[in-house]
Amino acid sequence: MINWKVILNIAKTHLLTKMKSTVTASLGVTFGIGAYITLVSFMTGLNEMLDSLILNQTPHIHIYNEIEPSDKQPVALYQEFEDAFNVVNSVKPKQSQKKIHNGLPILNYLKMDKKVFGATPQLRAQIFYLSGSIELGGNLVGVDIMEEARLSNIGDYIIEGTAQELKNSENGILLGAGLAKKMSLRRGDRVQVSTIKGDVFPLKIVGIYQSGIADIDNIQSYANLKTVQRILGEAQNYVTDINVKLYDIEKATAMASSLGKKFQVKATSINEANAQFETGSNIRNLITYAVSITLLIVAGFGIYNILNMLIYEKMKDIAILKATGFSGTDVQLIFMSQAMIIGAVGGILGLLVGFVLSKLIDNVAFETEALPTITTYPINYNIWYYIIGISFALISTFVAGWLPSNKAKRIDPVRIIRGT
Amino acid sequence: MDFVLETKNINKYFEKPVEFHVLKDISFGIKKGEFASIMGKSGSGKSTLLYILSTMDTDYTGELYLNNKLITGQNHHKLSRIRNKNIGFVFQFHYLLSEFSVLENVMLPAKKLAEKSLAEIEHDAMEKLRMLDIEKLAHQRASRISGGEKQRVAIARALINNPSILMGDEPTGNLDSHNSENVFSIFKRLKEEEGLSLLVVTHDEDFAKRTDRIIQMEDGRILD
Repeated sequence: MINWKVILNIAKTHLLTKMKSTVTASLGVTFGIGAYITLVSFMTGLNEMLDSLILNQTPHIHIYNEIEPSDKQPVALYQEFEDAFNVVNSVKPKQSQKKIHNGLPILNYLKMDKKVFGATPQLRAQIFYLSGSIELGGNLVGVDIMEEARLSNIGDYIIEGTAQELKNSENGILLGAGLAKKMSLRRGDRVQVSTIKGDVFPLKIVGIYQSGIADIDNIQSYANLKTVQRILGEAQNYVTDINVKLYDIEKATAMASSLGKKFQVKATSINEANAQFETGSNIRNLITYAVSITLLIVAGFGIYNILNMLIYEKMKDIAILKATGFSGTDVQLIFMSQAMIIGAVGGILGLLVGFVLSKLIDNVAFETEALPTITTYPINYNIWYYIIGISFALISTFVAGWLPSNKAKRIDPVRIIRGT
Repeated sequence: MDFVLETKNINKYFEKPVEFHVLKDISFGIKKGEFASIMGKSGSGKSTLLYILSTMDTDYTGELYLNNKLITGQNHHKLSRIRNKNIGFVFQFHYLLSEFSVLENVMLPAKKLAEKSLAEIEHDAMEKLRMLDIEKLAHQRASRISGGEKQRVAIARALINNPSILMGDEPTGNLDSHNSENVFSIFKRLKEEEGLSLLVVTHDEDFAKRTDRIIQMEDGRILD
């Protein structure tokens, strides 16, 4: 039978009369949790931003025709040389076209699939941008811009103009920001592009595109799929890439390999393409947690110390409580509840401090050419970090309180009272 | 015979620093309403005996009965409960909780027992304080009152659950003669008016002589 009212009342009195120690111990927890929340929100915010910078430009599955040599050279098919040791010098890539064979039926098949959120065709063309007598090498990507805007965040990277404007113009182009700068071109100007074959086409700049990755912005531009097909003089089924976005990114690898087999094309999943980003994020998370746990352990030692001292001070009180009928468990609960109150108050304050600091960081200006959509430092307000924070505060104070309170539980009142 | 407290063949050994037979075959009883005192030289084992009787010390052989029920061998939880309900204890030092008010100190054992409502407990506590003539101190902090007053608060605390027996370990040992006299007359009055049983360990011969019965101890035995 535990009388919580009495126990909590005693715990409260102890905490209030030792206000200084209580505040010190709680502040230890507050700083620990506050630093954890701030750190983890900021770090994961940054991680997410960096990941999305790359990953949002990478489709979940990318289907294209790889130019590569045949796995089996013709000589291998020749039965007469079956047992011979064949050497083929100067192997050349297999003669094939850049376009995906049966591109449009594949696209239709993908659009029917229930796992697929969307699939868009692309046509990548090598071109030259003409500026007076200067030719700048680059590529022009023909896209279904409205589908593209729905499936990826390309819209965020169009810093001037809109996706709709591109769709509405027959010969519009979204020029890479680096190119625009090099050629001193602005929205509304015209730019001439030339194909490898030498045909020259004037295009109207309806917008400027800036991905934040200089290597892309310096060479790549977007136009409507039809425009690019017309420039190249190809038919409407000429498509070099298909980008697929799934509902569940986890299924990308399995689906990529089955698509590759089914349609005899190259299909790579996002996981293969970006394995290194996963590693980077994991290591950054590891560092965040290592620092946070260290902070919390330091706070835990603070609580342990203060409770230990309190118990030495209160030795006689403990003895008399036991003499008047409080059991060892009651005494332990008195000190445990002190630890837990410190943990809970410190922890909740810590969450608040963390939230306020995150808000502050969230409002600090952070403008960089590389990231056109970002104006302030990124913060990830994930409720789980707050749940983890408060749980950790309670667990660490529980452990820190357990040892001293267990000692208090076992104090022999007779020895204290008789002074031996 | 109607004993409040009875022992049968209690033996106790100290193991440190050397093995020492501190209590030898202690068998005696305290009757209801009896005011007994234990006297003896230092080291005769009288305090040790008292702590065994108070149930705080469980490291002994033999049998201890309280209100004719066997106490020996009960677990710590039950012993705490028995101590809370049936035994009042007054020490040489007052041992009040210094952060709490006088009233809270007195109420604490009753709150632990939790058999009465808070209002009833407060009423009882004021009653006890009034009986000991210290009700005006009720809302003072326990650390702010004089030594004699503290000892009276300690007595009030011991009485709050209307125990079967009140034990004292030299309750007047730290008090001047005026306050000692005061404590003695309180004990006397408790015995006469409330029929309380009392067992007090003391060095004070004058104090002991005025009790109903003196239990003399020497070398761990009771002398008759």
